[in-house]
Amino acid sequence: MAGVTKTYGKVHALDDVSLEVKSGEFLTLLGPSGSGKTTLLMVLAGFTRPDCGSLKFGDEEVIRKPPHLRDLGMTFQSYALFPHMSVAGNVGYPLRLRRVPKAEVARRVEEALETVQLGGFGERRIDQLSGGQRQRVAVARAIVFEPRILLMDEPLSALDKKLRDQMQIELRHLHEKLGMTTVYVTHDQREALTMSDRIAVVNHGRIMQLATPRDLYERPANRFVADFIGESTFLDVTRRSDGVAVEETPLILSEPLPEARDLVMMIRPERIRLSETGPQDGANNFAATATEVVYQGDSYLLHADLAGGKQIAMRGAVTGKSVSSLPASGDKITLTIAPEDTVLIDAGEV
Amino acid sequence: MADLRINEAGLKRDERLEWLKLFGLSSPAILMVLVVLVLPVGWLFYVSFIGANGEFSLENYERMINRKSYARIFTTTFQISFLTTGLCILIGYPLAYFLSQLPPRLANLGLITVLLPFWTSLLVRTYAWLVLLQKRGLVNDWAISLGLWDEPIKIVHNMTGTLIGMVHIMLPFLILPVYGAMRAIDLDLMKAASNLGANPRRAFWGVFFPLTLPGLMAGSLMVFILCLGFFVTPAVLGGGKVIMVSMKIVSNIELFVNWGAASALGVVLLVLTVVILWIASKFLNLETATRGGGH
Repeated sequence: MAGVTKTYGKVHALDDVSLEVKSGEFLTLLGPSGSGKTTLLMVLAGFTRPDCGSLKFGDEEVIRKPPHLRDLGMTFQSYALFPHMSVAGNVGYPLRLRRVPKAEVARRVEEALETVQLGGFGERRIDQLSGGQRQRVAVARAIVFEPRILLMDEPLSALDKKLRDQMQIELRHLHEKLGMTTVYVTHDQREALTMSDRIAVVNHGRIMQLATPRDLYERPANRFVADFIGESTFLDVTRRSDGVAVEETPLILSEPLPEARDLVMMIRPERIRLSETGPQDGANNFAATATEVVYQGDSYLLHADLAGGKQIAMRGAVTGKSVSSLPASGDKITLTIAPEDTVLIDAGEV
Repeated sequence: MADLRINEAGLKRDERLEWLKLFGLSSPAILMVLVVLVLPVGWLFYVSFIGANGEFSLENYERMINRKSYARIFTTTFQISFLTTGLCILIGYPLAYFLSQLPPRLANLGLITVLLPFWTSLLVRTYAWLVLLQKRGLVNDWAISLGLWDEPIKIVHNMTGTLIGMVHIMLPFLILPVYGAMRAIDLDLMKAASNLGANPRRAFWGVFFPLTLPGLMAGSLMVFILCLGFFVTPAVLGGGKVIMVSMKIVSNIELFVNWGAASALGVVLLVLTVVILWIASKFLNLETATRGGGH
């Protein structure tokens, strides 16, 4: 996909988007609502006609091909199961359209239903199924005709949390088993991190960063990505002759300094250590005053004011030892961040 | 051991009171139905079994079986009802489809134009057709000046005129439920069909049409049943040549003052309607159909 642009009036729903999906990979389009991720999927599926751009499957240009000739499987947020057909009727529909012989339809439908663990459900009516089961039927229907690519539009958003977690793992296993190229749309960062080979973070109709989950979290390309994925605090960085500093504290870095002129330091709450023995050598230390400590069972959340007045949040593990010595609000504390966790990113808004 | 059935009597009494209250609230409606529906229909049945001499007899029904004219009247009635329903489907379904594809604001405007005729009297609309369709009427004049046909043709005071008028009057009754059913269809379903490989024609017949079927059945049934008992339009536009059951009932009373014969016709019409509804209910769930066909 290259140079795809779609405008609605003056709004750029997609702004010169280029993206390459590798064969067999699980790629997620992640972004806030209204970011253009769904529009992008609709362009892929052929339901939205872009203003310009190119879309190729292999070497074949398909941007002007109508949806029913694109040979893509898709699941919808609303599942879009046909209420007037049985489960088997739904799953067999794409095969019947392709004039597959009856006996083979029956066999492949049962196979697809077994794949999504719904073997023997063929005769059920759609309204007899639970949300999770409907989702499985939708997946079965989308994979039964072995399409080139599987597109999924927020497939789990209508399910409750427990079922969603379970389905995430299941879909991931399904992908490993079938090896089908998958493009997945979600606004849930945890879902994206759990399932994807690569994630494209989308905002304002543009791709902010395309990277593996680990790179996205550890080395965000810009402030939007850093802010959107995980929690983070940003501290202004000042350039000095001998390097960079935050709040008059020179920083120790593990990587070469980025080129951007204005930088901010990104701090993940769970990467901060509470030092009980004062400043540590070989790390970046910040003096702070605890303002609030919240005990949350598996961890605790500590809000503190830095000397410069900036608020910072840290998350620490709760152990039998630390639970009795948690700081109280008003305590003077030292926060330590390892050089590897000291990430500098471009301060510019994208 | 304490009494495990505490307050049992009191709770039972509350339940009974609640039921009585409900009954009390609905009693005016029940009374109304009794007075204006059950009693007259019962009386209709009774009168239909009273002969000319004022005694119980089956002569009103025997006459219907024996005389050929009655058979013809029933045939005409069913013929017109079938044709009207068929034409309404042919014209109304595409129109409803068109409206359902418009953006909501335009669709509302369209629906208002569909409903507009309801604000004018049925009689006015029927006579308007008479004016348009007569020998020297607008339709003939234009058709001749456009060269469609040479001589004024007879399009009123016959079956054609009756059908034109009936279809016009019945159209909204078909369009509304069909439109409702179409609007209720999730657009994602059509996308899914297309995504799974259905070309527009197959997506329509495989997914869209079946989902509108309950609405279409409800609308057709409504049109058909209304047609069976229709009077004004066939009376005016049929010109006395197209006799439907309702018109025979009127002439039985006005011309022959034969209440028994008229009642018997009414009873037969009523029974036929009930039978049709019963048959229809075997094929579709009427309750869901009247809700607009949403699943």
